[in-house]
Amino acid sequence: MSTETIEKSEEKVVKAAEPLLSKKRRKLVTNPLDDDNPITLQVLGICSALAVTIALKGTVIMAIAVFFVLVSANVIISALRNTIPNRIRIIVQLVVVASLVAVVDQVLKAYAFEQSKQLSVFVGLIITNCIVMGRLEAFALGNKPWDSLLDGVGNSLGYGWIIIAIAFVRELFGSGKLFGAQVLGDWYLNNGFFATPAAACIILGIIIWILRARSGYTEE
Amino acid sequence: MENLLNIFVKSIFVDNMIFAYFLGMCSYLAVSKKYKTAAGLGLAVIFVLGITVPLNWLAYNYLLKEGALSWISQDFATIDLEVLKFIVFIAIVAAFVQLTEMAVEKFSPALYNSLGIFLPLIAVNCSILGAALFLPTRDYTLVEATTFGLGSGLGWFLAVVALAAIREKMAYSDVPKPLRGLGITFIIVGLMAFGFMSFGGFELPFKRTGDQPTEEVSSIEKASTEDAVVQSVNITEEK
Repeated sequence: MSTETIEKSEEKVVKAAEPLLSKKRRKLVTNPLDDDNPITLQVLGICSALAVTIALKGTVIMAIAVFFVLVSANVIISALRNTIPNRIRIIVQLVVVASLVAVVDQVLKAYAFEQSKQLSVFVGLIITNCIVMGRLEAFALGNKPWDSLLDGVGNSLGYGWIIIAIAFVRELFGSGKLFGAQVLGDWYLNNGFFATPAAACIILGIIIWILRARSGYTEE
Repeated sequence: MENLLNIFVKSIFVDNMIFAYFLGMCSYLAVSKKYKTAAGLGLAVIFVLGITVPLNWLAYNYLLKEGALSWISQDFATIDLEVLKFIVFIAIVAAFVQLTEMAVEKFSPALYNSLGIFLPLIAVNCSILGAALFLPTRDYTLVEATTFGLGSGLGWFLAVVALAAIREKMAYSDVPKPLRGLGITFIIVGLMAFGFMSFGGFELPFKRTGDQPTEEVSSIEKASTEDAVVQSVNITEEK
């Protein structure tokens, strides 16, 4: 899929520019893209994956928003990890994430008002997106800031390419468009099914099928 | 009264948290392996939604909305604190969940054993925060908001119990190996959502005749306007 290759090449650029990337650290970025994908394997962040994928434009904005929130939250929590009392860590995490999301929401309202209206509550729901909380709990609380940053980059890209793939299929077959521009000609009769939320579920199911058939992972 | 019934039925079936908005999917998928745990979390969601939605309604209408602070003094009438809504809503939800957990643990250990373990999970259940975030976009009164919260909770309960029942039955079927578990579950949820979409086409019989028709159109359109455009285009093309 084209979207996938774009992101993979982006990530190569990062690798070349950063001498700080050891083999182990590179894995932090590449693993979540495929073998340890947050959506298809860790089953995190499904809500927004299904709800925002109706058109590519909104989906890309959502992916960027999650990228920003996850990377910054990972770094902040990781930097504070030794000062956060264990008992109240969830609240601390929620406050950090909620503040970052408020920033994203304000930026979207200022520069992409139409899109922010269309995403409606789903920008706010990044707060409870399990990817963010899951990575903070599982990784940032126990690792150094630089590793956490890489982990955030990897996981948010892993999340991003899946939702962009779903949106690609849904927008192409649902309305014959990509990024709002007509791609399929007049001969194509729009398939309303792909515009419904139900289609998102089924497409995601099929993506999971393909990825797992490739990796040989099975669940019992 | 009719209006309340309308909101209630709509939030259970038409605007179902799972099938129309996909809110609370993570815990939905995680707990739907067994019927019993699914019912436990479902009850907890009804309870928490039924209380946090009115709480958040109060916070929004008397604290956050533009001019909401005018009950303190006229000087505050122009203050708009809506930027803070994410932090306030999530703080209210998290604090309430924590309080409930402690109260339930102290006063009813039996209930705590069946329900308590699910309560911490709920603080990060998207459906709770999602319901709160829908409030600013809809002009509900306090009673309507409570009805909406309870209805949404019930809809979530219904969805999770139904999926758990299907998954328990499915243990005996021969699913292709890579599709087992998560993959097939998504396809089932998709089919269920497809079924629930038929509720969107119903005209509720007890609809008030005085309401403007545009407000009553299926709310799936509200969730994604583009969706509606595509569908209506299809309908006209078919005609």
